[in-house]
Amino acid sequence: MKQVLIAVCAVTLLMAGCSRKSKQPALLQATATGTAIVESSGGKQIGYAGMPLDQPVVVQVNDASGNGIAGAAVCFSGPSGVSFTPASGLTDSSGQVTSAVALGQQAGRYKIMASTRDASGKTIELNLDEIVLGYQQTVGAQLNAQYCVRCHDPESTPQRVSNMDNLSVKPHPFTEGDTLNKMSDADLVAIISHGGPALNKSPEMPPWGYTLSKSDIAALVSYIRAVADPPYEAGGLVYAQK
Amino acid sequence: MRNKLHALWRTFFGDSARAFGSASVILLLLLAIAPAKNHFSQWRHYQKQYLHLIRGRADAVTLERHFQGGIQQIWMPEQQVTDRCTTCHLGLKEASLADVSSVAFREHPVIPHKLTEFGCTTCHRGQGAATTVEEAHSATEQWEQPLLPAKYIEAGCGQCHLENQTGTPFLNQGRQLISNSGCTHCHTIKQADGTYIMPDDDPPSLKHIADKTTRDWVYAWIKDPQAYASTATMPNYHFSDDDARDVSAFILAQSTPLQPPLQPPLQPLKADAKAAADPAAGTTLYGQSFCASCHAMQNAAGMMVGGNVGPELTGIGTKAKPEWLQDWVANPNHYDPATMMPHYRFDAQQVATLTGFLESKTEPDFVANVHLDGATPQQIEHGKRLVVENGCASCHEINGIKKPENFAPELSRIGSKPLNQLIFVEGVEHTLPGYVAGKVRNPRAFGPSLKMPQFKFTPQQIDAVTTALLALTDRAQSQPPTMRIASVQQTKYQPAGNAGQLMRDLRCLTCHMIDGHGGDMAPDLTWEGTAVQHEWLTQFLKNPETLRPALIRRMPKFNLTDAEINTLADYMMTVYQTPEFDRDSLPVSQFGTAQVEQGRQLFYSKFACQSCHIADYKTDKGYIGPALAGTGKRFNAAWVYRWLKDPQALRPGTIEPNQHMTDDEARSLTAFLMSLKSGGAQEAMKK
Repeated sequence: MKQVLIAVCAVTLLMAGCSRKSKQPALLQATATGTAIVESSGGKQIGYAGMPLDQPVVVQVNDASGNGIAGAAVCFSGPSGVSFTPASGLTDSSGQVTSAVALGQQAGRYKIMASTRDASGKTIELNLDEIVLGYQQTVGAQLNAQYCVRCHDPESTPQRVSNMDNLSVKPHPFTEGDTLNKMSDADLVAIISHGGPALNKSPEMPPWGYTLSKSDIAALVSYIRAVADPPYEAGGLVYAQK
Repeated sequence: MRNKLHALWRTFFGDSARAFGSASVILLLLLAIAPAKNHFSQWRHYQKQYLHLIRGRADAVTLERHFQGGIQQIWMPEQQVTDRCTTCHLGLKEASLADVSSVAFREHPVIPHKLTEFGCTTCHRGQGAATTVEEAHSATEQWEQPLLPAKYIEAGCGQCHLENQTGTPFLNQGRQLISNSGCTHCHTIKQADGTYIMPDDDPPSLKHIADKTTRDWVYAWIKDPQAYASTATMPNYHFSDDDARDVSAFILAQSTPLQPPLQPPLQPLKADAKAAADPAAGTTLYGQSFCASCHAMQNAAGMMVGGNVGPELTGIGTKAKPEWLQDWVANPNHYDPATMMPHYRFDAQQVATLTGFLESKTEPDFVANVHLDGATPQQIEHGKRLVVENGCASCHEINGIKKPENFAPELSRIGSKPLNQLIFVEGVEHTLPGYVAGKVRNPRAFGPSLKMPQFKFTPQQIDAVTTALLALTDRAQSQPPTMRIASVQQTKYQPAGNAGQLMRDLRCLTCHMIDGHGGDMAPDLTWEGTAVQHEWLTQFLKNPETLRPALIRRMPKFNLTDAEINTLADYMMTVYQTPEFDRDSLPVSQFGTAQVEQGRQLFYSKFACQSCHIADYKTDKGYIGPALAGTGKRFNAAWVYRWLKDPQALRPGTIEPNQHMTDDEARSLTAFLMSLKSGGAQEAMKK
């Protein structure tokens, strides 16, 4: 009976360690606890299979009044194949923890999680999505950068000034899942190939069907589906922890 | 014990009948080993799992019909492919299995090739003939070829595709880096199509280096080039203080004075420029001359602004001597006849202004701690030995030292290098990709005596270079030539005659492409003579107007004489014509006002051209394409018409979409565009 009890205790202790990987130093001595965990930066990045994301993931632990607190323990975890350096850490003076993330070997959407505990020991979680593009989506991303972004992306840089403000009908950024997810693949192909008028929309969207090939347009659609936010339902694989 | 054994023997082999029966049973059991091994083999296990998976699915009947049991094989002897991967990877061609979580049974992501035409190992590597998970995927004692990690997968494409492809950004980046970082000054890389990856970094000649800079600067530079300019491509050789002292001593000692010698700085003008105390004059001239198209410079906010064709200029005043800077700005051909920098033909005042401006861009900290005594002959001799040993002359011209041949190992087949020929060190993964990436990341980790210097690559750049190197395989070399898609090589085109001389002096081909030779920074001029009008071209060369408001890089203004401009314009109008059509075949006189009006309608409504182009500066704002407000003065109608019908036919790769216009529509739009005769943007802004 005693042995069973000890075993149960041991298992509980193991499970209490927040990292799924037992190799990681799981028990960080938190000196403070927060009430909320929020993303500072690094979510919804587009990466390549098996490679580190361009930007690290930064999360912040806040107290009840919304200020970052130092010394709270944060653990990062994700589906198999995703690695975090470091996988856990204590928040710095501004309440933040930074971790470099490398995604898995397959294309798809990866759900990663950052967690901390509040004063009562309850786990508070923050879920972030990161995207790995496959071959077809990579082609789409390249075509997007060449032909589409200058009107469809509101962000301007000195190298690439956005043309969005010059248009009388504002184009939808491709991340705008709320609108684009409601359109079928066939509709997207039609509007790209034949221009806005094909769906009774503005002629400011020109027809690309005589410039891009069918497979180019299919690649663009797959890219649009991959970056949609909120995610496109039939948008391919989602990797999450079981 | 003995008795027991005896009894056992008697039970089974006591008489001939028993012996026969027992022997038969043993024989049967032995015979059963092989079928049993077969029955319990890994691939059967996977096939059973697959059948179990598909039976629960809605399209089970279809999937079962596609399923073929037993060992499957893709066999293509001429491509050296014997792949049994499809024995376990059963769902590769099943689109409905795209959402399956097991990689083994999932649909293969969309690629432009049929799996049955290329097999699996062509791209992924691994042991195609193996039928166990371990042997097929990992490196074992006998098989050295594990699967290629996903991040290097574009190396597979690079075996046949020697050209840049949209879908392989990493491979393209890696090849570019190999070329731009000057890897092939030392390493030979012969591609499968017989072409070589040529270096594209243009390291300067050091024959007259003493005219250009000081020994202190050379010393600090070879100690750490990136400390001077973060964008510097020169790698770090990790010279010790003494070695750097001796190398700098030799580099300066071998330098000979330029002929004719440099003139002392133009004192009065320089004083004049300083007295004017108009720092804006230099900044303005730097901006107007579009120096930033090629040169980067850190601005006050610490941001790096500018291109990477020429060297970074943030600390140029610390590096270059004033008399050299003045000579270079006045005419770069004097110091380096092979430079990519144009001869701007600045007048004396402009030379002084620009020299003064550049001289003020200093980084005094860079040489602050350098204190060198005069060089001794022994130091110079030692420096020379170091320069020879490190192969400095592979990149730089140096007096008295010949460019070494094959200074570093050839890399033409590095992607198939057997592991037993490589020396691994701790911390480097025992695989070929691990070795290559490790070598690119930190070459000296493989031994302090190794000569390969340290390059400044980001982790992503290291992976890109590794990808490009891993594409250089035996398979790539032995592939049937029909499978190869050759790299695009530049032609050796050069313009001829007086105009050709002039165009070389102005370095037109640094930015413009003509007949397949030149840069990609500015429009291709191969058919410029068909496109534009003589009068416009003359005006443009005299004073380049802004055609594309949103671009940073623009045509600089060169101080050309009228005679020079006429030579250039005549040559371009005569020589750079397309054989496809006559530029005068569509006279503007045949357009009526109704047609112009119809064209206007088409421009603003049906085709919404104003989204990207400006026809009227007062109302239109689109600035993706060039402003069209002066089309009637700039272009020939025949060119405009042909362009509207099929832009890619006239300039492959242009982002203007083909709108599939009817002949009538294109004609009306041409009529409208040719009626637009206002001036350039600057003129319009003034109004």
